[in-house]
Order: sequence, then structure tokens, then C-alpha cells
Amino acid sequence: MLNKRVIPTLLLDNTGLVKGRNFKKHKYVGDPVNAVKIFNDKEVDELAILDITATNENRRPNFELIKNIASQAFMPFAYGGGLRELSDIEMLFKIGVEKAILNTVAVENLSLVSAASQIVGQQSIVVSIDYKKTFFGGKKVFTHSGKNNSKLDPIEYALRVQDAGAGEIIVNSIDNEGTLKGYDYELIQDLSTKLDIPVIASGGAGCLEDFKQAVDVGASAVAAGDMFTFHGKHKAVLITYPKYAELENLFKGQNNE
Amino acid sequence: MFVIIDYGTGNSGSILNMLRKVGVEGCVSSDPEVIKNSKALILPGVGAFDNAIKKFDESGLKSLIEEEVLVNKKPFLGVCLGMQLLFDKSEEGVLSGLGWIPGSVKRFNFDNIDVNLKVPHMGWSVVNSPNNSELFFEGFEEHRFYFVHSFHVVCDPKYVIGTAQYGYEFICAVRKDNIWATQFHPEKSHKFGIQLFKQFVNLVC
Repeated sequence: MLNKRVIPTLLLDNTGLVKGRNFKKHKYVGDPVNAVKIFNDKEVDELAILDITATNENRRPNFELIKNIASQAFMPFAYGGGLRELSDIEMLFKIGVEKAILNTVAVENLSLVSAASQIVGQQSIVVSIDYKKTFFGGKKVFTHSGKNNSKLDPIEYALRVQDAGAGEIIVNSIDNEGTLKGYDYELIQDLSTKLDIPVIASGGAGCLEDFKQAVDVGASAVAAGDMFTFHGKHKAVLITYPKYAELENLFKGQNNE
Repeated sequence: MFVIIDYGTGNSGSILNMLRKVGVEGCVSSDPEVIKNSKALILPGVGAFDNAIKKFDESGLKSLIEEEVLVNKKPFLGVCLGMQLLFDKSEEGVLSGLGWIPGSVKRFNFDNIDVNLKVPHMGWSVVNSPNNSELFFEGFEEHRFYFVHSFHVVCDPKYVIGTAQYGYEFICAVRKDNIWATQFHPEKSHKFGIQLFKQFVNLVC
């Protein structure tokens, strides 16, 4: 039995899917609706789509596109990017998305997390925390797709986010993102021990072993981008997802029974 | 027409997408005429028990739906909180449930067992069908479904058509006459959910 979720994270630039490294050098990788159709057939546990330019371009979420994606997503589907108000989150649920991911807006206005979780339920509100190492002062939370240093400590901030009513936290290491060198296990372990809500590891997964290691140190779920969208050393675009039996085998001994 | 009951709560969009996927006509409605003329009724639900029961009462649809389901025996499917509402009461709230099926709703309680599990139970679990319900397709080796919940139903085994494990075995699908209900989200359980909806459509049509 598989209780640990493996979540492909797709990055959206308003209309097309993109992928980069360390939150930079994004290149076009394909059409989102088509990608979701493929992930459907591959029986993925869950899917996250983040519009990484919405906030910085001061755009509203592209609800028309999200609706089209949702109509093909027969798995739990989370959306983030450009959600500013409660009505945005309500709109998401209306069009068939079951989780809202809040990032920059949660740093700026934590009360939105509380208000949203009261209305749509705690389990549906995910806060995504992007962080990276700074020269002085250790790891800090960054907003606006990694552009602005909020100077917040990721652990302290995560605890406040939990108190505000978030149902899950995605921690995304900007330093590791797109590098395929593995997650930031130290922070994942620290966070999983201190939080009661599920922690989703993100940023840096390059192989199945990385999933196992993240789960071993306490992650409730693992997210990855490159692993599911690129193939080979030249990074050709190819959508893949491990077979259920492979994942079952990988997480053996991690059963929650 | 398969009608998803709109009472101001619940993730009706994804159930509607699923109905389209399995090729049946569906809509989300709170219109009494539409509900009356429907082929089957689906009750979704997310959030807190009391809030949902209150909204259901306020919708003014309760007596009509009870007549359709309990008297006219119209096929009915409850999903997630839409399952829990069918029972007498819940530990989550103080208001009475609909009481269509005898039983109650309890919070996951791991006090007496040695596990370290987070609540809500969120993720995929294998569902066993003790009474080999026709809701579950026989062609699969196992049935996996997506769950998000902190509470589960406790009722007479004669109504149980599905159980799953989370710390202990709990009831995750029930049937009483024309009433089916699942704790998990078939509308979000890709091939297993698609097949479950097909089975439900076959039972109805």
C-alpha cells in the first residue's frame, strides 16, 4: 500500500509549460492540457501546476486554461500562481481544482491562509515556501518566484503558516531546483519533526532514491519537475512517471498500516 | 440526467468532469424540478459537518431529496462528507445528520495503537470490498482510491461494501438499498474512479 504521494510539479508561464534551473533559464516544454492527459494515463498520485509569472506580471490566474486543465485531471490537482483574494480561491474550487497553493501572498497576507482554510477546508490550502541560502544569515524564504528575500526563516515561517490553518506545506529549495542532485534533506527532516501537517519535499529530485530518502527523513509526499518532464543528458522533453509497482517497492517498509 | 446536488458546499466541478468522462449527461443544480426529473443524485461535500448540514437544511431541498431517495428509491451516491452526512451524528459537530443509514462518524483515533500517523488521512489507499459490491469492478487486482479526511463512519457491517487501512481498518464505502456512498474521492482516482463511476452508471441505467 502506497501512502506517500509522488507529485509532478508543472510550471506554467501563463499559457505554456516551462522548466528551468534554480528558478531561472526557463524554456518551453509543452502544452499543459496535453501534459495532464498524459499524466492521467500514467496514473499519477497527484499533480501540481504553478504559474510562475502570474504574480510578477501582476496577472490574475488564467482561469480559462486552469478550467481546461482541470477537466482532464482525474487525480488530485493543485494550482498556484497569482491567487490574491478569497474569491480567486473560491473560483478555483468551482472549476474543479481541489487544492490552492499560496506562496508570495501568504508571506504578504497570512490572514488569507486562515480565511481560505475556514471556507474551503484546511486540507485544500497548501502553502509553498521557496527558500535559498544567503551569504549571511542562513536559509531565507524568497517570494515572487525567488526574486525577493523576505528575510523570514523557513522553519519559523512554516510554523506560523501551520498555525494560520494551512493543510500542507511544500518546501522548495531554490538552490537545488532543476539540478537533479537531490533534496535538501536537512531542512525536510527539521521541518517534518517540528510540524504536525504534511511536508512535501520539492527541489532537486533526480532519481527514485531521492524520493525514498526524503520520505525516510519525514516527508509525507515528494514533488519533482525535471524527473518527469526531461529525459537523458540533453534534457529532451519526455513525460514519464514511475510505475505503481516501482513506487510500491521503493517505499516498502514505509507503510502506514 | 445525473444531478450533482448544489447546496453551497462541495467540489462539484470535478464530479461533473468525471460524469462527462464516462459519457453521461450531468449537471450541478439546486433546482427542485431538475432534481425531481433526475436519473440519479450525487451529494458531494467538503469542509465541516455542521456547516454542511446547516447549508443542506437552508437549501430547502431536504424534504424533496428525501422523498426522491427514501420513498421513490432514486439511485444516490454520496461522496466524502456527502457520505458522512447520511449517518445519525458526527464527533465533528453537534447537529444531527440525515440519519438515512444508522451509524455515526468518528475521528481517527490512534491512542491505543503504536503508530505515528498524521490526520487528515491524505493520499491513496487500497480498498477492500468485503461484500464484493457491484460498485467495484472485478477486473482489477486491487482498487486504489484517493482519500482526504479526518473522520470516518462506524456502522453495521451489513451496510459495508468497502474498507481501507489507516492505522486500523475503517469503513470507506457503504450501501443501503439505492444509496451508495464512498469516503474516498472516486472523481479524483483516475482509472479506478473512472471505472467506479462506470459501474454506478451501469447500476442506474
